[in-house]
Amino acid sequence: MAKITIDGIETEVPDGTTILNAARQIGGAIVPPAMCYYTSLQQSGGKCRVCLVRVAQASARDPRPLPKLVASCSTPVQDGMIVENITSPDVLEARKGVVEFLLINHPLDCPICDQAGECDLQDLSYAHGLATTRYEEERRTFEPIDIGDKIKLHMTRCILCYRCTYVADQLTDERRHGVLNRGDRAEIGTYIQKAIDNDFSGNMIDVCPVGALTDRTFRFKSRVWFTRPLDAHRNCEKCCGKVVLWTKGEEVLRVTARKDKYGEVHEFICNECRFEHKNLSDWVVEGPRHIDRHSVISQNHYEKINLVALKKEIERQIQFQKGRTNGNNPNALTA
Amino acid sequence: MKSLTGRAKVLDNPKMTFKERIYLPAIIGGITITLRHLFKRKATIRYPEEKRTFSPVWRGMHVLKRDDNGAERCTACGLCAVACPAEAITMTAAERKPGEEKLYREEKYAATYEINMLRCIFCGLCEEACPKEAIFLTDRLVSTDYARDGFIYGKDKLVEPVDKRVDVSKRQTPNVLEFKKIKHYRHNR
Repeated sequence: MAKITIDGIETEVPDGTTILNAARQIGGAIVPPAMCYYTSLQQSGGKCRVCLVRVAQASARDPRPLPKLVASCSTPVQDGMIVENITSPDVLEARKGVVEFLLINHPLDCPICDQAGECDLQDLSYAHGLATTRYEEERRTFEPIDIGDKIKLHMTRCILCYRCTYVADQLTDERRHGVLNRGDRAEIGTYIQKAIDNDFSGNMIDVCPVGALTDRTFRFKSRVWFTRPLDAHRNCEKCCGKVVLWTKGEEVLRVTARKDKYGEVHEFICNECRFEHKNLSDWVVEGPRHIDRHSVISQNHYEKINLVALKKEIERQIQFQKGRTNGNNPNALTA
Repeated sequence: MKSLTGRAKVLDNPKMTFKERIYLPAIIGGITITLRHLFKRKATIRYPEEKRTFSPVWRGMHVLKRDDNGAERCTACGLCAVACPAEAITMTAAERKPGEEKLYREEKYAATYEINMLRCIFCGLCEEACPKEAIFLTDRLVSTDYARDGFIYGKDKLVEPVDKRVDVSKRQTPNVLEFKKIKHYRHNR
């Protein structure tokens, strides 16, 4: 076990845990954002650089800070490590720069994009980005491509996180698409637009943090905040069958896997569940999906309030405030 | 009896004087006021013949703008509908087909776009929410009607005709006009 302090909050995690996962165990505002890291996909992470943090003390034995900001998703913790995320102005400045870089070639066509409203890049640039751009060159553009009859690829929106290729490598038996070319010419592509028709290929849509891979069966059907998300399941031989139905009235517009609060899917679903069952009668509806109230999707979204959880949360906040004002806990977050 | 709170007001009803009792001075006073108003500037206008000038920021009937080439600016992003406090706006989106680039500016467009003018409170939030400078409130009035369904305005009434553009430049702030001069932004091309 290793003792680690992140933004003044101390926790103990098993050896080999990454800083990002240690921060997620603490939870709250100190969790670094992640665009490419995906828990259920091996080797993912280390590409987008938005999770950069400052290590103020490398370990208990070596109290020197690390010379550069490190990617928290791929750096394992050391015993006695002290990490600064939102308490370090360097990190926030670097993250702002990274967001600006990610947006260099991004077309910012959110009014058109089906991902708008549930897009990680949108949230990230809203939190850290500038309202204007300093980039004056031509942005690289690509024509949208149909990958098979179910998935649309908008390469212009891609941030090259490689998540979709890991899905293809690790979930399906044969990968048909990959990253072509190098450097700023790199693009996700299939040779001669070869169709991807594996049973689990649809999960590429869910893992994509931006709107580069979108569901063609849902294309331009509705903005996501006008739909009503419902938790539902069905007996499926290929997958777990636990999904979210995005409905409008009695109509099922889209089926996706369930994402956790970090936007990650832990139980992938098969293409049959995702694309073939667009009837409410095919599913056992469990109830409304919990949507964070800061999300635009929670607009007009009513769910039963869990009073017990609400009470706990309020009590936790009262305790937190007490700890702050009394000065009992000098390590508490003061920012 | 003395009141408990001491806040009660005692009313007296005095007898009218002789001057008040003959009423004539009061009547003459009233007539003078009427006469004075006859020669003052009138607050009303003779409406159908004469029309008031609107304030430049008057919020009347909406218009869906076209760009300089005559293509519709609206992309059916739904931000006006989500901003609308009266839930007066509905729309459905459709994908632009090859060859329709002259008609629609972006690859998605509003196939139908309806504003229920009876629900609309003319607050102008749709105009503020629009990222594409597509919807504006203008100084035109919503005409009256006998039936309710006549007030659901579709694209036929909202989109400006190519040959009869609606000028909204005076509704735009100096900042927006300055921004529109930067031609390398895709939005301004």
